[in-house]
Amino acid sequence: MSQLGTKKAEVDLPVRTKYEESRRQKTGVFFKKKVGWLFIIISILAITIFNFYPMVQAFLLSFQSGMGANLEYVGLDNWRRLFGDPTFIAALTNTTIYLLIQVPLMIILALFFSVLLNDPKLKFKSFFRIAIFLPCVTSLVAYSVVFKYLFGIDGIINQFLLNFGFISETVNFLADPFWAKVVIILAITWRWTGYNMIFYLAALQNVDKSIYEAARIDGASSLQQFFQITVPMLKPIILFTSITSTIGTLQIFDEIVNITNGGPGNATISISQYIYNLSFEYTPDFGYASTVSYVIVILVVILSIIQFRVAGEKK
Amino acid sequence: MNRLKRIFIYTFLSVAAIVSIFPFLWMLTSITNKSVDVTQGRLLPGTHLIENFKTLFATVDIVPALINSSIIAIITTILTLLLASLAGYGFEIHRSKGKDIVFTILLLSMMIPFAAIMVPLYRMFGSISETAPLIGIDSLGAVILPTATTAFFIFFFRQNTKMFPKDLVEAGRIDGLSEIGVFFRIYMPTMKTTYAAAAIIAFMNSWNNYLWPLVILQSPEKRTIPLLISNLGSSYSPDYGVIMSAIVIATLPTALVFFLMQKHFVAGMMGSVKG
Repeated sequence: MSQLGTKKAEVDLPVRTKYEESRRQKTGVFFKKKVGWLFIIISILAITIFNFYPMVQAFLLSFQSGMGANLEYVGLDNWRRLFGDPTFIAALTNTTIYLLIQVPLMIILALFFSVLLNDPKLKFKSFFRIAIFLPCVTSLVAYSVVFKYLFGIDGIINQFLLNFGFISETVNFLADPFWAKVVIILAITWRWTGYNMIFYLAALQNVDKSIYEAARIDGASSLQQFFQITVPMLKPIILFTSITSTIGTLQIFDEIVNITNGGPGNATISISQYIYNLSFEYTPDFGYASTVSYVIVILVVILSIIQFRVAGEKK
Repeated sequence: MNRLKRIFIYTFLSVAAIVSIFPFLWMLTSITNKSVDVTQGRLLPGTHLIENFKTLFATVDIVPALINSSIIAIITTILTLLLASLAGYGFEIHRSKGKDIVFTILLLSMMIPFAAIMVPLYRMFGSISETAPLIGIDSLGAVILPTATTAFFIFFFRQNTKMFPKDLVEAGRIDGLSEIGVFFRIYMPTMKTTYAAAAIIAFMNSWNNYLWPLVILQSPEKRTIPLLISNLGSSYSPDYGVIMSAIVIATLPTALVFFLMQKHFVAGMMGSVKG
């Protein structure tokens, strides 16, 4: 950078006095070093104030307890309380189930869609692309309410299943602990598969077509090409989407609140909803809520490290 | 065999397309039908559209909610674009070792779950409520501030800046533009596509944000669209036609933004993937 600066100065020299030039250079170098920081300083401040500082606060809060603003330090009491708290256990179990089933399901689906839609010979390609991406334009709350009605006891899914003879009487999906979870998983998959697909489609555009041709000449089947060329090629982006999806699913809130409100019982409650309830629905206990929230932090960190490891090993 | 494969592919994609589109179709036909018809699974357009909209505007405060959501989404989007592009540019064009470390630290904030900082943020805004009511609890400002700067958008702009021809910066400097001048006069116009893609995502995120507004907004007249819809959805005797009308109105802005800028969106996404 500074080398470029001096080169430029030599070119300019004839039209400037030496004094002017040396002054310009000095302030120029000083300014260039600092101005880079000026571009980023507001963002650094904002992220520190609105992300890092609250993180520290939450950590301190996790050792306090009390109603509303009357907090006092209680040491590790909150952390001990976690293990005997049935609602927390339910929330943790449900969130884990969503994570283990939904994220792999969605990523595999998105991969298959993107590979199929990347085929240059495929007809109606843009129609399929837009159709599958369409769910992304809805708000989480809006589509959740729609899904709640779709799967309601007098909802259209029940009507459909009845008419085609799949069931003999209506099923109350949302009042059944098993089916309620299934509906939640279906809903998230519906909303986010197209979103992940776009990343894979974008990445596939950068894959050299001749690799596939060579593989085809060598007699590799489509499936072999998929697992031995496409998946390894897309590994960084698969890692990226699986981490963002994992973080997203760990924090799931909008769908749960608006489709089942955590019920029946606590059969669908998520960790985020429990934190919200602890802070704003029940008698507010900010300290314990912060302790529960740190469980998500710990999970995010552990799962991200695992995902990085898994992706890194095979490189 | 090849033909069979084709048939399988088209069937698979068609089923996926139908599943993706079906809820939209249902939403759109529902707004033209009576509540009873909606529950009976009528999928044909009816004649109740005007009736539904009349009831919606008469019984639900959807206009103030639309205004609140618009104010929040527009200001958040502008702030996000400005701050994140400044930062992305600063990190990529004025590279230094120190900045790379700062960048990595900022990226870590992407891993912070919102639920973990929700309570401290609430208390933080609570503590300034009396001195600065414009950004205190129950203010639109409090909704905007924590969402206007996120590491994701800084990352997004930095990735896209990698493709920005750096000679243009030198050219601008030689022509006598200040550092900020280079940014506004050269970088911004060149990176239009990136701005468009970021604008779509930022606008959608803000328009659809639910948890933070739910926490920080309390008075009914401050409600945003997702809060309003959530409330409608939890009522005991729902009028499906009316609720669906509200949902369709709420979905229109993001759908429009997306379809108007779809090309930019995909191009911008590709830019961020390439780096």
